Amino acid sequence: MNLLNTIIIGLKEIWTHKFRSLLTMLGIILGVASLVGMSAIIKGMENGMKETMVAMGGVDKVLLRVQDVPDWQDHLADQAPGRTMLDVEALRRSAPLIRLVSPQMEIEDATVTRGEKRTRPAELMGAWPAVLDMNLHTLAHGRFFNAIDEEEARSVCVIGTGIRDELFGKPEEVGREIIPIGEEILINGQPFTIIGMFMQYMSEAEIKEKARIAREGNKQKSGPKRQTGWGRKGGWAFWQKNNTVYIPLNTAWVKFRAVGDLNGVPDPRLTDIDIKVANLDMLEPAIQQARNVLLITHRGIEDFTFQTQENQLESINKQIQNARLSGGIIAAISLLVGGIGIMNIMLASINERIREIGTCKAIGATGFDIFTQILVESVVVSLVGAVLGVGASYGFVQVLQALTPSANTPIITPAAMLVGVAFSAFVGILAGLIPAFKAASLDPIQALRYE
Amino acid sequence: MALLELRNVSKIYHLGGEEIRALDDVTLDIGSGEFCSIIGPSGSGKSTLMHILGCLDSPSKGTIKLDGTEIQKASTRELAGIRNRKIGFVFQFFNLLPKLNVVQNVELPMIYSGIGGRERRTRALKALEQVELSNRLKNRPSQLSGGQQQRVAIARALVNDPKIIFADEPTGNLDTHTGEIILALFRRLSQEGRTVILVTHNPEIAAVTPRRIEIRNGKIADKVDAKLAGLDRLARNAERGAGSAEPNSAPVVPSA
Repeated sequence: MNLLNTIIIGLKEIWTHKFRSLLTMLGIILGVASLVGMSAIIKGMENGMKETMVAMGGVDKVLLRVQDVPDWQDHLADQAPGRTMLDVEALRRSAPLIRLVSPQMEIEDATVTRGEKRTRPAELMGAWPAVLDMNLHTLAHGRFFNAIDEEEARSVCVIGTGIRDELFGKPEEVGREIIPIGEEILINGQPFTIIGMFMQYMSEAEIKEKARIAREGNKQKSGPKRQTGWGRKGGWAFWQKNNTVYIPLNTAWVKFRAVGDLNGVPDPRLTDIDIKVANLDMLEPAIQQARNVLLITHRGIEDFTFQTQENQLESINKQIQNARLSGGIIAAISLLVGGIGIMNIMLASINERIREIGTCKAIGATGFDIFTQILVESVVVSLVGAVLGVGASYGFVQVLQALTPSANTPIITPAAMLVGVAFSAFVGILAGLIPAFKAASLDPIQALRYE
Repeated sequence: MALLELRNVSKIYHLGGEEIRALDDVTLDIGSGEFCSIIGPSGSGKSTLMHILGCLDSPSKGTIKLDGTEIQKASTRELAGIRNRKIGFVFQFFNLLPKLNVVQNVELPMIYSGIGGRERRTRALKALEQVELSNRLKNRPSQLSGGQQQRVAIARALVNDPKIIFADEPTGNLDTHTGEIILALFRRLSQEGRTVILVTHNPEIAAVTPRRIEIRNGKIADKVDAKLAGLDRLARNAERGAGSAEPNSAPVVPSA
């Protein structure tokens, strides 16, 4: 018996009982909508996390960390050299798998002031120009410091927009964007000239929030202006990136290290060395190479370790997977419930149609014909439900976006739709099996006599 | 060779240890092109006989040959195929599928025999022409009168060009006048060379057929009873007047 006819008869069956079919499908519709919607939300979450990851410097960034020397080197602990410029030079010359080495000297607890305003930057450090590439910074105004600034240890700095906001005022409040190039600020009381400013880093959520404010105007809050939290809307990574001040490494050395240490000898240790590998596929060999080089400069004392962002990526992936799994299970359960609804209605439907089935058998339908007929009807119900469910998921996502405009945009993926539709087809088959078998095994004589 | 050959056919049901012989050692031949009726009161076994003749059921004992092939051992699947190709059924309650329109109802047996869409349509239209319903193709059964519905059912029975047409109380649910039209239609089919078997409890309807098979207590009654004999004359008249399908020319007035 030909399949097209069966499907058409199945569709007719749905059409004659519109309301009943709709109620039956509702389970599948909601199941598919929640499956597709859930996966869209998770996809949005994933994008947000990846975005943060990039804001922190990308996957190919490797942090060189200090660690306590291993137990068997305990007696050498006082000879551990820490991370110094010697390591930087050695890595640059002897580790070709390392593309970029960025030494950093952080000035802790720094205060930046201008007139009466002051702020504490998230990061204030002496760095090489390599830091731009390392932390994926983009200079929007002015210039970054060059070799001469470095060589002469000039008192210049490059700031993020967060610092500008605190010291000169936010564009939203001042009414225009202030570009403070050439202005002078004090870092821990020492005068520095701003020679450059980064672009404003924003998460997708922040961009959307800003667009909303531009569209609707900022809602005036009554009462005194209060600082809410740390203004870290859009995530810690973006906030930190915007509240950065960079000065030349030598400047940091001369102005903040030279005088400030024990025994009159400046501490030679850097606070951080970040490296980037040349090729992400060669991450492991690159780290091994760097380790070998550093073991020489550290005379075999293993007071360092490497921390890759891959760990971070792994943990992101793990979180996504967990979210997917739990979301998937919930959606699967609701789809199964929908399937039970279908089975129920199919059983009722064949009970109603016992005489019809008897007639079909009398005029030559085989048990298999009846079986496929019922099964196809069940699958048609579930597939129509699935298609409606995919449609509903669009609405669902729209509603979500309207409710939380600044969250990461949920993204509906074709894969999720496909999984949703395939799973409902599976549920439809499963739900149709018992009724179809029941209908197929009806005795034609009994069925014809059925009142 | 007869179209249908029953040899010592019995159908035995077991109800709570009790043995019920719905058919008891029935031997019967029905020839090709015969117009006959199976008659008997309720519980006589006539339904059982029709089910076995119509390949809806298998006998407990005995052999049955349809068109030269033995079918008592056929599987349900094979029986479905035989019903589909060799037998047409007409029921008391018409048994049309309510969700399909007239043409689709008539096409249904051909769907089960796997005939392509275009040929299905032409053959269905031809069958509907034979029952003079070409003007109601797109109607649902519920939009038709009883007589029209029964004619659709007859078209459906005809469409696969079967050897035998079984009609189970075909006029039982119709008024007298419409019943006559339907009976006239069967007569015409018989004259066109088809084997038509009417199953009825009503002697007056049985009277329109030249041959009557009476069932009593699961056996074929040897003697045709007096009432039936009295109607014989009417039957002969009916045959004489059967040349036309006009209902008024049929002298038999079924009282069903």
